Amino acid sequence: MEEALLLARVQFGLNIAFHILFPSITIGLAWVLVYFRLRYEATRDAAWLETYRLWVKVFALSFAMGVVTGVTMSFQFGTNWPGYMNKVGNIAGPLLAYEVLTAFFLEGTFLGVMLFGMNRVPGWMHVASAAIVAFGTTVSAFWILALNSWMHTPAGYTIENGALIAGSWWEVIFNPSFPFRFVHMLLASGITAAFLVAGLSAWRLLKAPDDASARGTLRFGAQLAAVLVPLQILAGDQHGLNTLEHQPAKIAAMEALWQTQKGAPLVLFAVPDDDRQTNRFAVELPRGAALILRHSIDGELKGIDAFKDHPPVAPLFFAFRVMVGTGVLMLLLSWGSLFFMKDPPRWLLWAFAGFTFSGWIAVLAGWLTTEIGRQPWLVTGILRTADAVGEAGGATLGASLTAYIGTYTVLLIAYMVTLTHMARK
Amino acid sequence: MNTEWLPLVFAALMGLAILAYVVLDGYDLGVGMLMAGAERAEQDLMVASIGPFWDANETWLVLGIGLLLVAFPAAHGVVLGALYLPVAAMLVGLMLRGVAFELRIKAEGWHRELWNWLFWAGSTLASFAQGLMLGRYITGFAPGFGYWLFAVVVGASLCGGYVLLGATWLILRTEGALQQKAIAWARWGLMWVALGVALVSLATPLTSDTVRHKWFDFPQVFYLMLLPAATLAAGGWLWISLGKSDWKPFAGAVAIYVLAFGGLAYSLFPYVVLDRLTLWQAAAHPSALKFLLAGAAIVLPFILGYTVYVYRLFRGKTKAGVYDH
Ligand code: HDD
Ligand code: HEM
Ligand code: HEM
Repeated sequence: MEEALLLARVQFGLNIAFHILFPSITIGLAWVLVYFRLRYEATRDAAWLETYRLWVKVFALSFAMGVVTGVTMSFQFGTNWPGYMNKVGNIAGPLLAYEVLTAFFLEGTFLGVMLFGMNRVPGWMHVASAAIVAFGTTVSAFWILALNSWMHTPAGYTIENGALIAGSWWEVIFNPSFPFRFVHMLLASGITAAFLVAGLSAWRLLKAPDDASARGTLRFGAQLAAVLVPLQILAGDQHGLNTLEHQPAKIAAMEALWQTQKGAPLVLFAVPDDDRQTNRFAVELPRGAALILRHSIDGELKGIDAFKDHPPVAPLFFAFRVMVGTGVLMLLLSWGSLFFMKDPPRWLLWAFAGFTFSGWIAVLAGWLTTEIGRQPWLVTGILRTADAVGEAGGATLGASLTAYIGTYTVLLIAYMVTLTHMARK
Repeated sequence: MNTEWLPLVFAALMGLAILAYVVLDGYDLGVGMLMAGAERAEQDLMVASIGPFWDANETWLVLGIGLLLVAFPAAHGVVLGALYLPVAAMLVGLMLRGVAFELRIKAEGWHRELWNWLFWAGSTLASFAQGLMLGRYITGFAPGFGYWLFAVVVGASLCGGYVLLGATWLILRTEGALQQKAIAWARWGLMWVALGVALVSLATPLTSDTVRHKWFDFPQVFYLMLLPAATLAAGGWLWISLGKSDWKPFAGAVAIYVLAFGGLAYSLFPYVVLDRLTLWQAAAHPSALKFLLAGAAIVLPFILGYTVYVYRLFRGKTKAGVYDH
């Protein structure tokens, strides 16, 4: 049972971590493509059409990866977590089904028109198709994040015969953490796409310094990032305050705060030690955490000692710092680069090339923070992860896990090689 | 209020979603399997003929599984738990097939050959795994070597069935030498289908008393025999229209699937898991079903509408070079 639980968690975590790589590109990139396509409609400048044509290839490949890994996800829910469906299926099920009905069919169908229909439909219809696909990806994020947020901050339910049913669907969907998570995720996707565009353009410029269209898209990506990253930091701050209200144990773990105290310091770096309930090698900013989270230098923050159930400290602490650290580097790079955009020097091109997939790092770190921070609960206060696991034995899980890992490794390598190869052509 | 009818409505919706999936992705997967028998230029044309549709086609699978999960959660656990490994195999197959669409056009040299091969392998693996799942499902997941062997035979037959759909799709969408090839493929596929349908029709009543009584008790046996008769007629019609009409073979293949599916549904009803769980025992809470039904009633007509729009938009013979991205 122990082993099955561990394997089920590894398998689910791996599958969804692999899936989210691609939505985090496609949601943002879809809107970027709408913009490119509209610019062509407005200016009739063939360069915009070329730009659109190039990036739609990147999009089509990422989208296909998103679709096939997503289909896998839709089977993982029931197979790995039957206890989950028994307990909260009456709430989770309809939300997932609404995603299929309102988003997946829309995306899947109009993707065909977007990719193959340019010579068959009038210009406005082609623009509309691209916009419908972009809208579909956003709607899909809406539903799945409503469900995920509900698992963090459940609301609007009643209990009947031990299972949950919805009392108010409005409250279920617009649960307390949903607006924050939705905004934070959409911005994250925009940022991921912005650095992908800037990064691949930088690869092109390293190869062919006079490529005017690559210069244009590098500038576009850098400017988009310069706008979105500060917004993301703002949204992240608000997200954290909301979490403090609803999941204080998660915040205590993220900040490696073992004891409840007034005027708590901000731990910049440390190695959290679970056994001795303390931090080793800590570098601290006095009163920093109290200032950020309570907006007062002697505000009180609850520590791990205040909670009977709390998530593991070290992974949260590090994952959170990786996300914020990446965000800060992104801010420096995108703002710094604005001064050099007239004639980008090679070191800057290398910097952007290195940041091509930086969005992925921040997105994965962010999701790890959120999801591990919910432990030991699957649905906060309602269902424990350990009670939701299925009956598939260790051997079955092991065999399928091996197959998934093998497939994912091949796909990820093929994807990244193909993109960089396209950029250098 | 009486809510007995809700599970029935959802069973019908789920059945339609799965039927739509089998027919729509069936022709995709069939075309994928037929790649092995085609030349380079033909392969490009074949993939182009399904390019605009495959993603939406696959979404019907997500809907079917989603409805099973939402409407019959108790059955979802039993069914997918019992089918864990074939499901994993199918998913790996679908993944390879789906990304090969994109990667085979972007790759060069032997990479391209590799992705062509993976496109074929993925389609075949997914089809076979689906047949295996069907074979296990209709025997109620009975243990034992004989039942597994049966499932393997159903797996092979479904591959043949998808080849039939794929070949008739190509008859509809291509011309010239490729179309001639497709006609030969369709003949071959039809024979497999005949074998598969016959096997399933014989095996289910033999293994299940419930199914036997439903079909062979008097007096219903007389009018029930209309169903196999109609299936036979559809097959015959398909056979003789091969080479004479572009659209009749595909229509005939779809008719066979609809009839076979109808027979299967009749055999199983009212069970979702044969002899173990009925629709009503497995159904979710009415509050969840009603919330979903309201949305589905609004959205489904739109989905049907834009699906028809896209099929009309891309109607006619597939041409090389339409692939404009
Ligand atoms: C924030 C965004 C997001 C998140 C957290 C998830 N997805 Fe996703 N998913 C998308 C955003 C998305 C997307 C943007 O709509 C798709 C379409 C293409 C793509 O790249 O991602 C997608 C594709 C996609 C598909 C294929 C749809 C099609 O056929 O067009 C399925 C079945 C799922 N997802 C299912 C899931 C499940 C069960 C998840 C959670 C456990 C999940 N996704 C997490
Ligand atoms: C999209 C980005 C996501 C990532 C990267 C992610 C990552 C993870 C990881 C790593 C775990 C394992 C945590 C642990 O066991 O310690 C997990 C668990 C889980 N997550 Fe997520 N998750 C994501 C989104 C979602 C969404 C959208 C949902 C549901 C709507 C969801 C539902 C679950 C469930 C059911 C589990 C299993 C139980 C558990 O271990 O807590 N996740 N996720
Ligand atoms: C730099 C300042 C940032 C702050 C203060 C911040 C804050 C947060 C917080 C507090 C969470 C956890 C939410 C929870 O309690 O469950 C979170 C999650 C997350 N972060 Fe950030 N974040 C920042 C930057 C970024 C960047 C740059 C990205 C990606 C490009 C990103 C992507 C994510 C994602 C995908 C999640 C998980 C989903 C969610 O809960 O919204 N974050 N962030």
